[in-house]
Amino acid sequence: MIKNISNLGDAALYCDFGNEINKDINSEVINFFKTIKEKNIEGITNLTPSYNKLIVSYDLRVTNFKEIKDKIENLEINEVQEIASKKLEIPVCCDSSFSLDMRRLEKKLNLSREKILENFFSKEYFCYMIGFIAGMPFLGDLGENMRAQRLKTPRVKVPKGSVGMTEQFANIYTFESPGGWNIIGNTPLDVFDSSKEKDPNLINPGDLVVFKQITLEKYNNYNEQ
Amino acid sequence: MSNNYFEIIRAGINTTFQDKGRNHLFHIGIPFSGAMDNRNFYLANKLVGNKVDLPIIEFAYQGPLLKFYGDKISIAITGDVVFKLKKKDIEINGNCYESYQLEHGDEIDILSTNKSVYGYLAISGKFDVKFQWGSCSINTKAKIGANEGEKLANKQKINISKINSNQEKKKIDYLSLRIENIRVIRATNFDYFSEESKRNFFEKKFTVSKLSDRMGMRLEGLKIENIVNTNIKSEGLLKGVVQVPADGNPIIMLSDHGTIGGYPKIGVVASVDYDRLVQITPGSKIKFKEIKLSDAETLFKLYEMETQNLISQIL
Repeated sequence: MIKNISNLGDAALYCDFGNEINKDINSEVINFFKTIKEKNIEGITNLTPSYNKLIVSYDLRVTNFKEIKDKIENLEINEVQEIASKKLEIPVCCDSSFSLDMRRLEKKLNLSREKILENFFSKEYFCYMIGFIAGMPFLGDLGENMRAQRLKTPRVKVPKGSVGMTEQFANIYTFESPGGWNIIGNTPLDVFDSSKEKDPNLINPGDLVVFKQITLEKYNNYNEQ
Repeated sequence: MSNNYFEIIRAGINTTFQDKGRNHLFHIGIPFSGAMDNRNFYLANKLVGNKVDLPIIEFAYQGPLLKFYGDKISIAITGDVVFKLKKKDIEINGNCYESYQLEHGDEIDILSTNKSVYGYLAISGKFDVKFQWGSCSINTKAKIGANEGEKLANKQKINISKINSNQEKKKIDYLSLRIENIRVIRATNFDYFSEESKRNFFEKKFTVSKLSDRMGMRLEGLKIENIVNTNIKSEGLLKGVVQVPADGNPIIMLSDHGTIGGYPKIGVVASVDYDRLVQITPGSKIKFKEIKLSDAETLFKLYEMETQNLISQIL
């Protein structure tokens, strides 16, 4: 449940569900998000669910912090439901031209490239949330020995398709963007398609993802098949 | 096809279609976008007799040079912008916040914004643009919105689907505002920073870096020292949020911001100052001033009333 509600600036509510990251807390966040979304509360302009927080943005021209806080606090929340999940396989090429931070990761994790790849590709990942850029999935969890901090200064441009790691999470840059994650490879797959207004994301919260390593040759031919 | 259009002779540096932006998409990673400076967006539309939230052309620094083909049309430019109208026999130095009539063959040359970043061009009528999720706003990073999500380019045509030809000249006596002090509300990770850095954040000036765009404004100055953790668990972002990455240089999120981020948040720019924040040019100094939530709410109300008042003065 929500442990605390505070303001984030003058046009958003910051709902805190705790500090841990696990599927149970994340499912509560998603459930809360879905309930508020269904209610279509006047003035609310956006909802941003994440691992253990939910940010509720509102239009300061029509409402304010107190009004929205009262409404959220008095909501009747549905029972947490099992999130329907798909299982997806994402091809990733880890050629040195794509794995921009492999050297850095070898040092940070004190593991060889081979070991890093072995660990990375042997896991099944859970999608906690979507965001930062359109359609970017936040996937977890990487093993204890695979957890690295973000880059000190974020890159101004991370190439489209880049697959990154930070702490216990992996992600995919759905298009070129600034970013601070450690990049280990690249997928030829389009993970976000803006021409589909209804369902532009390949991966949604609750989905399960496995990565499959592919060769550079296969990568280059991928979209010609 | 449309008989009324502009030919883009020179596109300018960052010229896009924008409107009020798109809501209810943060959860799939799509930002709000929309015109950076809302007041100037509304005023531009009103000056040509439109509803205030119709699509307009937003430009940054150097604007476009456009040649017009078609029936008589009114145009207006807002912001602090140097531009010329080239008509058959004469060249006119244009004034912002004043409408002009264009005829077949006339050109608008938007030379530059003056000590500001964004300017707006509205026409009496409708641009023929694609809407995605209810908005034409171009987000060049996600390739969303009109013009396939790309900036406008040289030699392109801008089609106009509807023209209102009989507009009277409209103008308003107004100067685009410039400020240096930006009011900020403390954010959720304010206590991640050292006492000295918290003081410096509100006392020292920061310089706006060249690496600033519609996504974010990067600042340089005294490093903000984090004493707790330079990362947080990724969570939602909003326009105006000031994040501090491990290098200690604050970044202010702007309208095309990432929807989720993992750097600690030191503050959030009060909504009342957003239109003016985005107009601060790289190389300029800014200073943050702390403000309480209740004051921020009141000041925004006053700012909105002032905007509505300006709009209603244009008849």
